[in-house]
Parts: sequence; C-alpha cells; structure tokens
Amino acid sequence: MSTPRTRAIVSQDARPTLPHHIRIQFDPVRQAWAVLSPERVFWPNDVSLDILRLCDGRSTVAAITDRLAAEYDADAKDVAADVHDFLQEWTDKLLVKL
Amino acid sequence: MSEPLLPPIGMLAELTHRCPLQCPYCSNPTELLKANRELDTQSWLDLFDQAADLGVLQVHLSGGEPTLRRDLEQMVAGLSARGVYTNLITAGVGIAEGRIRALAEAGLDHVQLSIQGARAATTERIGHYRGGHEKKLETARRVRVAGLPLTINAPIHRHNIEEVPEFIELALSLGAERLEIANVQYSGWALVNRDALMPDRASVERQIEVVAQAQERLRGIMNIDFVTPDYFATYPKPCMGGWARDAFMVAPDGTVLPCHAAHTIRTLTFERFGERSLADIWTNSPAFNAFRGTDWMQEPCRSCERREIDWGGCRCQAMAIAGDPAATDPACIKSPIHARMGMLVADAMAAAKAETAGNATAEPFVYRRITTVSEPAS
Repeated sequence: MSTPRTRAIVSQDARPTLPHHIRIQFDPVRQAWAVLSPERVFWPNDVSLDILRLCDGRSTVAAITDRLAAEYDADAKDVAADVHDFLQEWTDKLLVKL
Repeated sequence: MSEPLLPPIGMLAELTHRCPLQCPYCSNPTELLKANRELDTQSWLDLFDQAADLGVLQVHLSGGEPTLRRDLEQMVAGLSARGVYTNLITAGVGIAEGRIRALAEAGLDHVQLSIQGARAATTERIGHYRGGHEKKLETARRVRVAGLPLTINAPIHRHNIEEVPEFIELALSLGAERLEIANVQYSGWALVNRDALMPDRASVERQIEVVAQAQERLRGIMNIDFVTPDYFATYPKPCMGGWARDAFMVAPDGTVLPCHAAHTIRTLTFERFGERSLADIWTNSPAFNAFRGTDWMQEPCRSCERREIDWGGCRCQAMAIAGDPAATDPACIKSPIHARMGMLVADAMAAAKAETAGNATAEPFVYRRITTVSEPAS
C-alpha cells in the first residue's frame, strides 16, 4: 500500500505485478492495447505487452524470460537483458511493482 | 490539415467554478460561472458517454472544487462503467468523511491533491482558508486508506518557491506516488496577479537544481514532474500537446474548449455541448481547427525544426503577450519579442521591491472570488 522508501531493483527471482491502479485495456476506437496510469496513457508494442501480461505476481522474472524466449524462439540471454531493462524502467516509473 | 485528425485521449471536466479556496493563480477564468449555470447530472453523463465513444481514455474531474458536486459519485461510476480512467483533481478541504471511500467504490482511479504551501501558514495564506493545510493532509491520508494512488500538486510562485525542498519531503511523507512541482502558468487569475507571483531568476535556478537532484535521488520511489516556468524558458511548452490535438476541456456550462484559457482569444467562438454533439465540436468547430497541426503557423514557427515538438507553444500566451494568437509563443527564444518576457519579469521584480518597501499589510494579490466579478455575457 505505502510507497516504497527504497528503489526496487529487478532480480531474477522477483515476482513483478501491476499495481491496482495500472490497467491494460483494449481501446476499440484505436484498435490498440493501452496502458492507463495516473495522468498518462502508454501504447506498448507487442513485446512490452507480452511482458506486462506475464506480470501476474506469481511468475518470477526468470520464468517470464524463459516463457518469452520459447514463444519468440529467441536467445534467452538477449531476452533476459530486454526483460530486465524493460521491467527496471517500468518499476522506476512505479508502473510495475516487484 | 498537415496531419490526420486523431481522436482525443484526455478530457478535463471543470464540473463547477465553486471552490472554498481563493488561490490568486487559479486557472479558472476571471469571469466565474455561478452554480445555476452548471450542467446538470444527466448532461454530464451524456457528455462522458460521447467522450468515451469518441476515444477519450482519461477524464480529469476538476473545478473549482469538484467534490462540491453531490453527483460526483454518479459521474465516476458512469465513466468507470465505460472503462475510462478517472482522476479527481481536488483542493482537499470540506470533503465529508466517507466521501473519498465512496468515490473509490464508485471506481475512481487516482487523486491529485493540490497543496498551496509545504508550511501550514503558506497554505492558509495562499488559499485564504483557515485550517486548510491540516484538512488537506487528512484528505491525503484518506486517499491512501482508500487504496488510491496519490499525486500532490504544488503550484509554485514567489511566495512558496523556497519551500520546494519541503514540498518534496511532505509528498514523500504522505505516501504520494507522484509530485508535480508546477510553476504557475500566467493565464486567468495568475495573469491578473503576475507581478505579485513572479519568482526571481536566482530562485528559479535554485529550484531547477533542487528538483533535478530529487528526481535522481527518488528514482523508483516517487515520480517528480516539473512544470517549467515559461518566463525563464528557452523553448515553449507544447501546450496541451498541441492545440486540439489529443485533449480538450469542458467548462461548467458545457462550453467545449481546446484548453482552459482558450476563451481569452476573443476572436474565437466556442460551442456548447447539448447544442452540438461532442464529435461534431471536436471535428468541425472552427475554433478547434484554428490552430490545429502546423498550417496556421507564421515564421519563425513555420520553418522551425521544433514545430512538431512545441506546436508553436501556448496560443493563449501568444495572445496575452504578443497580442496575436497565431504568433510564436514569446516564451520561445526564437520569438521576435522573446525579450519582452525578461522585461515582464523585471517589472514584477520592481513591483515586489515597491511592495516590500511599502508598509501595506494587505496581500499583494487579488484573491479569486466569485462575487467580485461580473457575470459573463452569454
């Protein structure tokens, strides 16, 4: 509930989740997925959307990475770096909770 | 049009001009509307439905003080049912016990609470409301207890610019996710009170440094948005993200405007919701089309590489200072009258000096009051 007093750092065993007030929502007018947050709307690309959808509070960052690497048939190392950077950036903006 | 017309994303709904506070920089027009000119509940609900149909994803419920509308819960519920993200912009005084919880239950997504000073005495003096500070802190606590995210909005001017570091600590202590250090925009009441509110350059520069350091120190802890002071700027703000580009506002009587100060451009005529549909106004209103895109621009905007970054800056500021709503925002260093911004700052500093030298006990600014102004011509 309360704002974290220290910056959350993404680790492999963290279980990211979206805070209650961050919503992923399909916009029928623009035929696109939007992320709604206080005073801002984001239009994530397909990869970002896939990461955000896996932020369910149960899956670890490692598990999210494995699953995306399998889905995209991509090198796990590259995916791991992308997932890490994306989640750290969104965590820093308080859009993702660890 | 130089680019296709896109649907609007955001809508600012000024539900009422009534407010218990009297801040001398209020963004409401100096000609305030009384309660009997406000749209009724059903009209607002219809308007929100049309806004959702049109593509609006976020509605900012503002005023005046929006909680003075007793039908606010109904509006939040209506918006929430359409999946629209709702943001309550409140002064946080005079809100009945249980109201914040009721709004949260109706589906409210976020609260932005304004605080006029980091110190109680400053908040009381600027808002002209005794006991206001404590009430605001209590509202902040209720917002957190209701499980809602909180933004603290701190409007900055000469009389509180030294409190910026304390504002940062206050917002942290209240558990805010976000803090807006918002230098006052000189339109509406703030334009009337410009000489009494303008900070000096040294204070502005100190503030910029304090905010930059805090943004770094509080990364991942609290977001700090900085609304820059135009009169000290090099480039203008992309006001509203461009005139009628992805947002609009609605006045208490249903008048639909590209921004809250647009009525100061007297050559434009604005339509009211009810007489025309929202989609019709958004698409066809000559006032909305007047400064859309880049075709309306004069030099130096027209050939500027920043024309689709700044969108020419603020049309209302161009009107207020250059006397021409199609001029380059004088905040821009490329404006032929950019030097006038510095002269206006110098004028304000001279006024401040005279004020200090005098022994007047009255406040140097005109408080926002609904009774001191005439009814607008309809």
